[in-house]
Amino acid sequence: MGTWVFLAAGWVLLTALFGLVTSRNLIHAIGCLTVAQSSTYLLLLAVGYRRGATAPVYSDLTPGTRPVVDPVVQALALTDVVVGATVTALLLALTIQLHKRHHTVDPQSLTGLKG
Amino acid sequence: MTEATLLPLAVALPLLGAALLAVAGRALPRLGCDILATTCASAETACLALLWTRTDGHLATADLGGWPARLGIVLAADPIGAGLALLVAVLILAVIVYSWRYFDEPTGEHAGAFPALILLFEAGMAGFALTGDLFNAFVFFELMGAAAYALTGYHIEDPRPLHGALTFGIVTSFAAYCSLLGIGFLYARTGELNLARLGQQLAGHHTDMLTVVAFVLICTALLVKAAAVPFHFWLPDAHAVAPTPVCMLMSGVMVELGVYGIARVYWTVFSGPGGIPHAAFRTTFTALGVLTALLGALMCWQQRHLKRLLAFSTVSHVGLFLIGVALLTPDGVAGTALYVAAHGLVKAALFALAGVLLDRYGSVDEHGLHGRARNLRLVGVLFVAGALALAGLPPLGTGLGKALAEEDAARWQPWLPAVFVTASALTGAAVLRAGLRIFFGAGPAPRRRPDQEETTGQGEEPEIRSPQRTAPPTMTVVPAVLLALAACIGVLPAAATALAKGAAVFTDPARYTATVLALPQPAGEGNPPPAADWTMPGVLLGLLSTALAVALATAAVHQRTPELSAHHPAARAVRTLRRLHSGHLGDYLAWLTVGVAALCIALAAQT
Repeated sequence: MGTWVFLAAGWVLLTALFGLVTSRNLIHAIGCLTVAQSSTYLLLLAVGYRRGATAPVYSDLTPGTRPVVDPVVQALALTDVVVGATVTALLLALTIQLHKRHHTVDPQSLTGLKG
Repeated sequence: MTEATLLPLAVALPLLGAALLAVAGRALPRLGCDILATTCASAETACLALLWTRTDGHLATADLGGWPARLGIVLAADPIGAGLALLVAVLILAVIVYSWRYFDEPTGEHAGAFPALILLFEAGMAGFALTGDLFNAFVFFELMGAAAYALTGYHIEDPRPLHGALTFGIVTSFAAYCSLLGIGFLYARTGELNLARLGQQLAGHHTDMLTVVAFVLICTALLVKAAAVPFHFWLPDAHAVAPTPVCMLMSGVMVELGVYGIARVYWTVFSGPGGIPHAAFRTTFTALGVLTALLGALMCWQQRHLKRLLAFSTVSHVGLFLIGVALLTPDGVAGTALYVAAHGLVKAALFALAGVLLDRYGSVDEHGLHGRARNLRLVGVLFVAGALALAGLPPLGTGLGKALAEEDAARWQPWLPAVFVTASALTGAAVLRAGLRIFFGAGPAPRRRPDQEETTGQGEEPEIRSPQRTAPPTMTVVPAVLLALAACIGVLPAAATALAKGAAVFTDPARYTATVLALPQPAGEGNPPPAADWTMPGVLLGLLSTALAVALATAAVHQRTPELSAHHPAARAVRTLRRLHSGHLGDYLAWLTVGVAALCIALAAQT
């Protein structure tokens, strides 16, 4: 695995960035934002991965018998999921409201603020 | 109460208050919500004031959940972090008092939502200032972000706030994920998240591309929050549309937390061997600061939308703060801390006064309001005082902070004080110009500029439902008190001395590590606290920038500034700069990428 996962995470981030920069639809842009977030899951889980190890759940596992993957990164990824869900929900709610009032979801047609 | 109780309490209090308000707000009348919110904000201010007095010249730490620092999450407060949290609490209290009668909302399902969001915002900011754990800092960063996006788009009836909030939210969240990638890189290298342990572990490695990329990625979110050029584009848009009390918080302290985050991460993690060399950090971030200060000041001068004008003035001052922090000396940190505190109070007061105009006239347009606010004499006088404070007039706190920071900067590069003087004179002059025109009707009415790409500030939705009511007295009292506090910081030496002691602790990572991890303290006294007093050159430079600001503002009001033809190179350059602030999400993210790449290249070339 090694380097490839890190490269993949970087690639996913850049794809999301490309989507965000060229986006003509806010729903699409917020989708791209969650793609950017997926790159962080990929990286975090790759950092804590151990070949041949199992999940760090000790209910059916005697400590010390088998190697386990790093539980810290899994906790980080879970926290990240929660944080991301909040932000995505909030941004989508704002977009719905924007569509109701402004009848558009194209970020390029928003020209109220410039200079 | 001990420090170990005060620290978690400082984060828990506003969270509890927010939950209480969200639940009880449905049943309570308007007055009940106001009383509850004010009580929470006052208790938090008292808690942080107590904590600040306890951290006199040393670090206070608290291990959460009883886990030792090498395993669990720690909160750590030195005088600078605790002082910033105290500034947050003071401004939150001011905002809650200011908005008592500001939002004339119907009570009902959503009563209490606004103060609950404000308290949630406070929890995020206080937690960010007090945490000693990198991932915890990310979580608090997102908490403060989510509250800020919701508050920016609070007026959901109007499309512009939604636009501002969406841009703000998407750009900041994207940057936050970049930071999380950086945190992942650091964790991969060291297996730690605690700031002190990270610094310790990193010392065993060589500086390579991974360190540089991790540092730049972690800094991305902080630089976006701090609104350094070219990461700053979201800020004027969000400030132009956010409700005034929210602007008071965002400009007053949220943006500065980004600068604090960079300084904290650099000093505790990357300042040792295996991190980023001091010379590389100093050069790169000073360059970034100079660019930010000058561009912010230039754009500030071009604005006629008052809130946008104040927003660009914040960008400019953030550049000065970045320079002060990048000097990497206790003197620079002490001066910057003072400057941040005084600037936060002054900027919040100026936004509050702009809010009075919005409340009275439903507009914040400098040209449209020319001479219309003549009867608001007291507000006008306060506004002009705020403008002079921004310009660095001695003996106000902004003047003292600027004097200390620029004196230290001059020791490294003799030309840096010129940047400080230019930026503070231009931003002060722009605010002064607007104040003279609006409140005193000075000079002829400004000419129309139909060809300019700009946001005018006319036709803003007034933030209340009945513009005919009399202005509530709190809307003038709060800015007056904030300005008085800013003056006290400059006149009374106690705050400056305490922050100078704090700066000595802040710039001593060995002591931080030892205290957080409960190791034996390093031998020696550590850095001596720098002197934090007025000096002759400081007073003279402060007077110079104020005089420049007055001269510029007077010339502009009476239209004696040279009129450039549209084809003049300078006029073209300004027009291009203004076009860059296009309001398009894609452009802003493209600039963010350019900034990250430039920082990576600059730092990699120097390591």
